[in-house]
Amino acid sequence: MTEAPDKGYKIIGKPVPLIGSRAKVMGQALYTDDIRLHNPLTIKILRSPHASANILSLDTSDALALNGVKGVLTGADFKNTFGVLTISKDEPAIARDVVRYEGEPVAAVAAETAEIALRALELIKVTYELTEGVFDSKTALKPTDRPLHPELGKGNNLHKNVVQEFGDMDQGFKDADVVVKKRFRFASINHAFTEPHATQVEIDNQGNITVYSATQVPHYLHMAMAEVLEIPEHNIRIVKPHLGGGFGGKSDPFPHEMIAAKFALDLGRNVKVKFSREEVFFSHHGRHQTDLTMKLGFSKDKGITALGLDTLIDGGAYGSFGIVTTYYNGVLLQGPYKVPNFRFHVDRLYTNKPMCGAMRGHGGVNPRFASEVLLDMACAEVGMDPAETRLNMIHKENTLTTNEYRVTSVGLRNGLTEAMKRTKWKEKHGKLPFGKGIGVACGFFISGSALPIHWNKLPASTVRITIDYDGGVTLFSGAADIGQGSDTMLAQMAAEVLGQPMENIKVISADTRTTPVDLGSYSSRVTFMAGNASRNAAIRMRRILVEAACELLEMQPPKYEKPEAPDDFFRQGGRKPDFEKGFLGPNPDYSDGFIIEDGLIRSEKHNASVTYLEAVEKALEFEGILQTSGTYKAPKLGGSFKGAGAGLSPSYSFTAFIVEVTVDPDTGFIKVDKATCAHDCGMPLNPLSVNGQIEGCIHMGLGQALMEEMVYENGATQNPSFLEYKIPSAFEQPEVDIVPCYSDDSEGPFGAKEAGEGILAPIIPAIANAVYDAVGIRLTQLPMRPDRVLSALAKENKKGAKS
Amino acid sequence: MNLLTLTINGVSHTKAVAPSMTLLDYLRDEVGLTGTKNGCDSGECGCCSVMVDGKPMLSCIMLAMEAEGREITTIEGIAKGNDLHPVQEAMVEKGAIQCGYCTPAMVINGVHLLDNNPEPSDEQVKECISATVCRCTGYNSIEKAMHSAAEKMRQTRHD
Repeated sequence: MTEAPDKGYKIIGKPVPLIGSRAKVMGQALYTDDIRLHNPLTIKILRSPHASANILSLDTSDALALNGVKGVLTGADFKNTFGVLTISKDEPAIARDVVRYEGEPVAAVAAETAEIALRALELIKVTYELTEGVFDSKTALKPTDRPLHPELGKGNNLHKNVVQEFGDMDQGFKDADVVVKKRFRFASINHAFTEPHATQVEIDNQGNITVYSATQVPHYLHMAMAEVLEIPEHNIRIVKPHLGGGFGGKSDPFPHEMIAAKFALDLGRNVKVKFSREEVFFSHHGRHQTDLTMKLGFSKDKGITALGLDTLIDGGAYGSFGIVTTYYNGVLLQGPYKVPNFRFHVDRLYTNKPMCGAMRGHGGVNPRFASEVLLDMACAEVGMDPAETRLNMIHKENTLTTNEYRVTSVGLRNGLTEAMKRTKWKEKHGKLPFGKGIGVACGFFISGSALPIHWNKLPASTVRITIDYDGGVTLFSGAADIGQGSDTMLAQMAAEVLGQPMENIKVISADTRTTPVDLGSYSSRVTFMAGNASRNAAIRMRRILVEAACELLEMQPPKYEKPEAPDDFFRQGGRKPDFEKGFLGPNPDYSDGFIIEDGLIRSEKHNASVTYLEAVEKALEFEGILQTSGTYKAPKLGGSFKGAGAGLSPSYSFTAFIVEVTVDPDTGFIKVDKATCAHDCGMPLNPLSVNGQIEGCIHMGLGQALMEEMVYENGATQNPSFLEYKIPSAFEQPEVDIVPCYSDDSEGPFGAKEAGEGILAPIIPAIANAVYDAVGIRLTQLPMRPDRVLSALAKENKKGAKS
Repeated sequence: MNLLTLTINGVSHTKAVAPSMTLLDYLRDEVGLTGTKNGCDSGECGCCSVMVDGKPMLSCIMLAMEAEGREITTIEGIAKGNDLHPVQEAMVEKGAIQCGYCTPAMVINGVHLLDNNPEPSDEQVKECISATVCRCTGYNSIEKAMHSAAEKMRQTRHD
């Protein structure tokens, strides 16, 4: 169980049930498809049965003639393509002339009922000319006259190539006592959130639309939709209702959102669209299928001396977040240990398959598996304890990594030490009977991307706080609560600073008309960035209240320190963090000699107080309205080389797992018995939430480790259902022990860092390393299915050798 | 179209529906009880679970007509006004709810389990919650919630 250190806070660090959980448990929380608009049309999408084809003709006349059909859209109706990254806008709302993956939209129908819409789809006549598809990364690298995206003028299907090299690789490998190298392969996996994609669009009669959508990125959807529909952004309002899980799978703008908005505008009717589970799998955007060869040099004295990798990631038909994924496959290996000499080469390829994109642990998960398995191999070869070795290599606080990431807080050493103690690591590792094993692995992740996707100088997050005449606090944020509890986190910030109970903070979030911009729920950015913005808005509000109290008490208001980046704050290249005007400075102290609690604002020094409501009334007397904003913008960070911006974050999280397994050598079945986790998320703001994130990451990591894989046959999805795409149940989930692990991040809100993604990656190699400890095989392909265990056991011919 | 009368949460509803309509669509689209979720439309994820004659059923693969004359309880019928059922209360307290999409079905199955088995084993609790796919929680907190609710219900019975 996560526990927070006692720092005298009233709400921060306390287990707070998530806002909305009562509505959810009563069935009253409205998700996108639960909204009932007036007389909506239902949209159904016709999807290509072919992975690679030209559309020779498309006849929609019979469909349009069907009674009850109000409109049909095809690729010709959309001029502009889109994509979440400004440098990769390659996806059409509906395929035009060419289809690039099985399941790609080729037409859409809006009709009075779902039944009519489905019948109309059958009446659309499409003539396809089948073309030769490309279904794997290696083939995609070869020159071709017919690339998926000829507009790139590349002569092959390479989407993105990144090579970065730091230090001297040859020297690094020379300095090593042991060099280990292996090829690793990873299946593509799906987010498998429970709520299928859904969108509803409400029109007024003045050219405005309100788009209710299951999205993690209302702001990016807002921008993309305006561009695709060629209407001003102010005509579009994006609202994210309750959302049934995202994990990165709802962090792109989607074709169905564009289709729905266009139908609503063209037809003057409210519309709705919801995916079947099959459509969710066809749309995919999951983790990239990966083929990776990694080489690691290790010295007994110096630790890792060099790390090099060559990687192919299969991107599918379109870009999505792929360029970022390409970088993340390399750069996120710069922690949790020092890698002095480092080279990576990653190619992302276009293939005729559903596109891949961001998924929890984005880009960092597969290379982490490889590096942690290799490190385990190196330790075994030189006879060093793999847990102790890791412990000694973890970054120190205030470190600059080889690729110039500024690592501030690191709390993992205590956590891993405690995990070793609790699991009796020393007594177990290498000493358990055949079939039983224990393994360790560590991880490292960003707390938000320091750089925005759309290059501008606006804050990455802004929060607005108002206080009404009745003392009620309302917090407005564009951040999307996708079930992770960000609304609760934002409210905790404000409640702590303003001395209010949680019930007095009402959160309005993820509505582009009423809430200020937040870039969205991706890259584990919300706690750090929106959290800071909320804290800053609350501090500004506190100052107004305290000044009003001083006026009532006839006292001098407190003197506040001017924000300033301290000189001893970590620097590089002569630079120091350049905080913009109006920023309160990193993690500003808000102590002002007053205590706000139980409805009173009390001067500690003078032991005099006014009621909170008196102060509110006084403040309103000055302003008429009580409103403040708070912002967050990352300090300037990073080196000046090409690609230096990738993976830059104001702070990084650290994770360690010790996993205990039982491997049945007869069936090849791996059972994870226990997972002990230490995750340094800085200050755990809400232990209940942090627990939930850790247990959820274990579930998802376990799935990728043991059973999950998207299966394709010539581009055709073979398992687009929950029966065929297996995810772990309560029976597979191990016993979980969460050990205390924290740091106090100098810039995180109340010292906090991310807790949502970084946890996922290291459990997978920890399982693999435990399997090695159990039965002596090194598994290098995910998922670690029983058949792979059995063939590895047969190959190594080690069965029984250890007993 | 046929006129179909169903008793849902103790209230009788009569709607003109096609014979092919599922119980899930009847609940969501005809009666407006959207607490029951549609995660897969094919009986795989369990999010559509409702109680039919006191037994959890997958409403997405059950025809509305099959439910005629039977007692249907949806998530909306579990709490008594503002008083949550112990299972609901425990789910909130134990952090067993993240996105919440599977929550109504977890509650339906949990209430059924604990109403019929005041002292379920770990295995029985796991079996109960395996009826529903949850992608957020890893199930640990839901298990804890079920055990905690069972404990509370036992105490209440003894009081």
